[in-house]
Amino acid sequence: MKSNKLKAYNYMLLAFVVIIPIVALWLGGDSEFGGADGMAAEMIDNSDYIPWIENVWAPPGGETESLLFSLQSAIGAGVLFYFIGFIKGKKAATNASQ
Amino acid sequence: MKQTNNIKKSINLVLLLFVCIPAFSMHIMEGYLPVNWAVTWSLAFLPVLLVGINRVKVLIAETPEKRMILAMVVAFAFVLSSLKLPSVTGSSSHATGMGFGTALVGPASMAVVGTVVLLFQMFLLAHGGITTLGANAFAMAFAGPIVTFLVYRLFKKLGASMRVAFFFAAVLGNLFTYLVTSTQLALAHPDGSSGVMGAFAKFVGIFGITQVPVAIVEGLLSVMVINVLINNDFVKESDLFSFNTFNRLRKRKIAHEIK
Repeated sequence: MKSNKLKAYNYMLLAFVVIIPIVALWLGGDSEFGGADGMAAEMIDNSDYIPWIENVWAPPGGETESLLFSLQSAIGAGVLFYFIGFIKGKKAATNASQ
Repeated sequence: MKQTNNIKKSINLVLLLFVCIPAFSMHIMEGYLPVNWAVTWSLAFLPVLLVGINRVKVLIAETPEKRMILAMVVAFAFVLSSLKLPSVTGSSSHATGMGFGTALVGPASMAVVGTVVLLFQMFLLAHGGITTLGANAFAMAFAGPIVTFLVYRLFKKLGASMRVAFFFAAVLGNLFTYLVTSTQLALAHPDGSSGVMGAFAKFVGIFGITQVPVAIVEGLLSVMVINVLINNDFVKESDLFSFNTFNRLRKRKIAHEIK
């Protein structure tokens, strides 16, 4: 695929990526979603099962947890886009020297 | 308002139709697998991890640039697993990012990548746990990537384009991970009256609906990033999911024998 066509293609995909969660939110009602694994835990708790071990360490609260969550994505995004920048620059350099 | 609700209901119904082969939540929580299952899954994953470590060593020795690719694959998995997407049931699940990595470094290396991601989530987010690490890694870092790999190969054989094949490979790999997680939970917690199958159906119900939109978004994002890599001449389409690396490995072994 040509470079420009590819870009248009990616924007189209991006649009879907944005639309899907919005539709899901609209259908789901509110964003107070607890996480599906929380629901599974509840289901197991209802059946008299007692977890036999606790997490060694858990974030002290919701705020800290979201801090760590965003830290995770920040680290990931940082490395990912560093890499993309790197190969973009490399391509430009090769093109310039030819 | 009533009409909107009806529309919502019918869309929900339509979505349910798609969910007949579905999937689950993210990881199994600490302590929610009895000791025998925790040990079983850990032992099952151990050989996979050892093969993976070996594979990563070979990759890095052969082409030091793979180090950078590995870093990027882990980074992609980090970003995607922090994407908690809301879903139709009002709960959420997150993506795994494993399909993308499988395309670049192969399914075996993903055992190592997946374990790294799980360890981070376990220690810093209390998401998953030490006793359930084996089971979670088995589902996410082994079962998922293998399915991704096979689906990609199958679609290519059927004549699909790289992007279509890759999209479905990533989506189905993600869904299969959750299918395995549900199986693991069902085996450990069979339903009182309907047994393992009944429990499985329940877990699939909980995780399935949340996971479908998540899997689709994961598939789209994976294709997008691969597009960017191809556009910048970093990988060729033919390099994705390639068997070349396997062949090279085999040749290397033969070479050693001759010596």
